[in-house]
Amino acid sequence: MMPNLNLWLIPVLPLIGAALNGLFGKRLTRQAVASAALAFSGAAFGLALFVAARFSTLELPHVETVAQWIRAGNFRADFAFYLDQLSLVMLLVVTGVGFLIHIYSVGYMWEEGGFYRFFSYLNLFMFFMLTLVLANNYLVMFIGWEGVGLASYLLIGFFFLRDSAASAGKKAFIVNRVGDFGFLIALFLLIKHFGSLDFTQVFQQVASLSPETAGAGLLTAIGLLLMVGAAGKSAQLPLYVWLPDAMEGPTPVSALIHAATMVTAGVYMVARSHMIFEHAPIALTVVAIIGTLTALFAATIGIAQTDIKKVLAYSTISQLGYMFMACGVAAFSAAIFHLMTHAFFKGLLFLAAGSVIHAIGGEQDMRKMGGLKEKIPWTFWTMTAGTVAIAGIPPLAGFFSKDEILWRAYQASWAYWLIGLFTAFLTSFYMFRLWFMTFTGSYRGATKEQHAHAGPAGHAEHGTHLGRDQAASRAAGAPAPHGHGGIHESPRVMLVPLVILALLSVVGGWIGIPGSMGGGNHFDKFLAPVFHTSTPSLNTQHATPGEVAPPEKQTEGPEPQTSRATELLFTGISVFAALLGFVMAAIFYYLRPELPDEIAHALGGFYHAVLNKYYVDELYSILFVKPVVDGSRRILWHGVDQSVIDATLDDSADGARHISDTLRHMQSGNIRSYAGWVAAGAAAVIAYMVWMGAR
Amino acid sequence: MVPLSYYLVLSGILFACGVMGFLIKRNIITIFMSIELMLNGVNLSFVAFAAQWHALSGQVFVFFVMVVAAAEAAVGLAIIIAVYRTRETLNVDQVNLLKL
Repeated sequence: MMPNLNLWLIPVLPLIGAALNGLFGKRLTRQAVASAALAFSGAAFGLALFVAARFSTLELPHVETVAQWIRAGNFRADFAFYLDQLSLVMLLVVTGVGFLIHIYSVGYMWEEGGFYRFFSYLNLFMFFMLTLVLANNYLVMFIGWEGVGLASYLLIGFFFLRDSAASAGKKAFIVNRVGDFGFLIALFLLIKHFGSLDFTQVFQQVASLSPETAGAGLLTAIGLLLMVGAAGKSAQLPLYVWLPDAMEGPTPVSALIHAATMVTAGVYMVARSHMIFEHAPIALTVVAIIGTLTALFAATIGIAQTDIKKVLAYSTISQLGYMFMACGVAAFSAAIFHLMTHAFFKGLLFLAAGSVIHAIGGEQDMRKMGGLKEKIPWTFWTMTAGTVAIAGIPPLAGFFSKDEILWRAYQASWAYWLIGLFTAFLTSFYMFRLWFMTFTGSYRGATKEQHAHAGPAGHAEHGTHLGRDQAASRAAGAPAPHGHGGIHESPRVMLVPLVILALLSVVGGWIGIPGSMGGGNHFDKFLAPVFHTSTPSLNTQHATPGEVAPPEKQTEGPEPQTSRATELLFTGISVFAALLGFVMAAIFYYLRPELPDEIAHALGGFYHAVLNKYYVDELYSILFVKPVVDGSRRILWHGVDQSVIDATLDDSADGARHISDTLRHMQSGNIRSYAGWVAAGAAAVIAYMVWMGAR
Repeated sequence: MVPLSYYLVLSGILFACGVMGFLIKRNIITIFMSIELMLNGVNLSFVAFAAQWHALSGQVFVFFVMVVAAAEAAVGLAIIIAVYRTRETLNVDQVNLLKL
């Protein structure tokens, strides 16, 4: 008898929170709304921790069926939850980071309108995301998949009065639909050929198949279609365009949904479907290529962005590219490792960026920041931790996960490694560019005179003053205009999550220190039962699918001695790339700030192409949006709707009126003419009868 | 004994006169009287048949028709007076407010 952990409670708790706040939040005070949202998301986190504590006693994979859903012929899909190492990691990341961001949001959103709406959506998102990661079959996963898309749409368009936010929400939703379409077709193919969407059953059947080498195979098709879905959700080429626009949402949303959790759903899905991908080498190669190109592509765009959140958005796309690169070289545990560390440091970076934006009163343009180091020390130090972590400088989290990915990528092909390395350099460069532009130099913003009156009073006093101000407005429970006396540190409720995430960004990588550096690579070992085929030796041809390799072999690799030296060498190279990025950023944006302009000037057209995101949005607009809009306008609206549907109705109505117009003259209203007709009719009848009688 | 056909011809003539009057005349009262003429034309054929076949039902029917005609005359004249009071005319062509 397996212990019943009531896994269903984990997603349902946030749903209750969402329902409470969504239905009654308008009448509740802000305190009540915040505490309800925090209680339910916190309870989900607590349950996740409880599950983690009981984890070692469980028989894996642990499946709990809650209710029957679809029973049609041989096909079954139940509301069932599936727990294994992979789900557990995702569960902890989603609930943990999600809970921290809930806390942060209380401070960040306190003075915004629609407070209850925000937390309702946030909890709703948690519900769907937890459904996604805990699903036992693709159909339940698809519920979560669509649901997070919905929550994302709602939250991007949270400031719906702003037109750009509303259209960004629509863009995200529509682009995601393209991906969902691929996902859905993949599901249909799975049902058609395997008769099930259940993870265990599908993977069992797939495992017995031989790997396909031909390009037209079934598994290749399924894999590619799943990748289309993943590319939509995880913002990969060519469907990444929605993510930068998604920064229209409130910053905690960007942190939670568009950096830490939702966008990693695609990575999770690919990792979950690793059995399919491993049997479809071509699909796997496509995943790797898409990931690699996305990593590079987004990183180059990130260099030229001036909006602090846009830089982070492109950085997210780029890091997701890394994860797909890792999936593509069958290093799924490395991908999940990076997913986890990325959730820590990117969540942190976004929250810290939100804190910066909060500090200077809503300004997002880095050109108007600068010199904030002393003004907001907590934000500065936490953001530094995040920046160093993402740049891949040891011993922070990002270093270990990125290094692992690069090493595994090298084993597959040097091309992946080279591009990955260059991207690592770019990552380091643009992140430190952000860091230097924001925190060093002198403040370039417009609120200098406002800031001056608070300045001499000393920072601490300024801080308490504002703290009191905010406490007052909090007690009143009413949305007060942001009492902006100048640059100020964020309230404690925002700083605590920052600090926790910063700590995680520092130490989060230590659970996956590779063997070459004397670590045990515990993370890889932990996930090994899930990805039992993804041994390092697999990079050649993924030759032994379905075989359970002995666990010791996985971490060591085939030739431990030589590969250890090489691995360390490669580690050194990637650290060097990261440091080079730091030095370059320091030169360009700290020591000689006039250099970037000169270089931009020298590069000319290329710089403009990068600045305008390679004109991809414009290209899509010409290729897809304009034809659709024009086609809809000319053919569907003017053509079909107006000249066929409307015309049919209008013309038949017109025809009826014309005929009636003619016929109505019969009804003259002249009684005597009626009487004449009656008499004539009677005469005719009589004549007929007389004639009949006479015969 | 006057043959039945004479009565019927007279009845037909009376009825035809009524129809013509109804169709041609414009004065409401004349139209009204034409209707009476038609009714009485029919009445005449009823009693003629009744006498011919020695059956009383035809005669009884005529009484019914006369009662109804009297009631109709009462209502009809009242309507005519009401029309005259409001429209100050008895010409049916001018009483056409409901016409499009």
